[in-house]
Amino acid sequence: MIEIIDLHKKLSGQTVLKGIDLVINRGETLTIIGRSGEGKSVLLKHIIGLFRPDSGNIRVDGENITRHKTSDLYRLRRRFGVLFQGSALFDSLTVGENVGLALREHKTFPEYEIRRIVAEKLARVDLKGAENKKPAELSGGMKKRVGLARAIAMSPEYILYDEPTTGLDPITADSINDLIIQLKTDLNITSIAVTHDMASAYKISDRIAMLFDGRIIAIGTPEEIKNSDSEAVQQFVTGKAKGPITDF
Amino acid sequence: MNLISYLGYLVIRFIEHVGRLSILIGQLVLSLHLFPKNLRLISQQMLYMGVNSLPLVLFTSLFTGGVTAVQAAYQFRGIVPMTYLGGAVGKAVVIELGPVLTALVIAGRVGASIAAELGTMKVTEQIDALETMAIDPVRYLVMPRFISGIVMLPVLTVFSNFIAIVGGLAVSVWFLDLTTYSFLNSLKMFFELQDLFGGLLKSIAFGAIISIIGCYNGFATVGGAEGVGKSTTRAVVVSSILILLADYGIASLVFG
Repeated sequence: MIEIIDLHKKLSGQTVLKGIDLVINRGETLTIIGRSGEGKSVLLKHIIGLFRPDSGNIRVDGENITRHKTSDLYRLRRRFGVLFQGSALFDSLTVGENVGLALREHKTFPEYEIRRIVAEKLARVDLKGAENKKPAELSGGMKKRVGLARAIAMSPEYILYDEPTTGLDPITADSINDLIIQLKTDLNITSIAVTHDMASAYKISDRIAMLFDGRIIAIGTPEEIKNSDSEAVQQFVTGKAKGPITDF
Repeated sequence: MNLISYLGYLVIRFIEHVGRLSILIGQLVLSLHLFPKNLRLISQQMLYMGVNSLPLVLFTSLFTGGVTAVQAAYQFRGIVPMTYLGGAVGKAVVIELGPVLTALVIAGRVGASIAAELGTMKVTEQIDALETMAIDPVRYLVMPRFISGIVMLPVLTVFSNFIAIVGGLAVSVWFLDLTTYSFLNSLKMFFELQDLFGGLLKSIAFGAIISIIGCYNGFATVGGAEGVGKSTTRAVVVSSILILLADYGIASLVFG
């Protein structure tokens, strides 16, 4: 379980997070929605310790990570997988080397076992036999799949998805959504996604939280969010140009 | 913004850079004991930084040696016997021209590419990806480039020294009517081991400067393609300035 308690963060003199309180339960998929630039990715980066908050706490299974030393953060991060918005694949490495990088660097398994795990993870994202391709040869959707295979390579307990469907055509985006659901079902992974793609949010989420003006203004099941009384939530989920968010 | 506040801003920016650079160097030093883990990465960097740079360094050195011979001969005319030309070329090349020109060429070729590569990794979140996989970017990216720099710069400098002297010899024999014997005899007469070690000491420092400044600017990249371009330019400019400053400092210590 991840608990975010009264989290505040200022970046370049601007307050981005103004007291976030959020609980992510084990095994659930929580999606954080909000406009671009609202601080969704900043919040995600706090959860894995890439940013330190100005105040507030983040507990992962009861362990407060906000004051962790780098070595403790590295120990914690082995339990996480992250899918980045642009996939963040290493251009100089092949697909197989990308997926197996963490396994090789941490010397978790012998080489033959690493090759087997890489092949298995690639098969799981429907990219069987793609080990020797270079990231430059892949389409956007394939890059996301490789990023996903890399995120699950170390068999994490938690996966963070940063805009998993952004920049993809609707069909490819939906196939990524299916993969996210399948991973959750098969591997019982706790997932946190940030997105502004409502189709994706409705499909993959157990709960959806909306970030607006540095705070979580609504949280609930996809159905509850869809029927929310909040004008800001309604404006966002229905994608209207006029309303409290744009007037803010 | 008035002049005083602009100067204040510049001073603060400078202190900020020095602080961040010091932290990077500290992290690098702390990661050095893990070098056995990086042997494959170090050998890749040595190949790129050393072997692949060799043709450019040799081409530059050959002509530098030739030019040194021509210009020394011009200055000797009527004052110093031409039989001392080999010694003059040797001294100039081994103490100064070999190490400094090699370093400037490598700063342009390798320092720029380090900053561009790491800068692109930074803006495409690849460095964040390393962090999230619990892989220390300083250990994985900076340390192999640093070790490769301090090993390959002296190696390249030795090649550069040799080829520059060959260039000087060729020009002396073909265009300045000197015999090979008198050139080599004078070279031998004036050669001192301290000159070679002083030059190689410089090249070790230059290797450290090029790799660290390249990595620092890569890590400090913000924005997109424009940011990468700025970092690359800054890496080459700052490396070149620091190479010349270090050259003066080491020359004062070793030969002063």
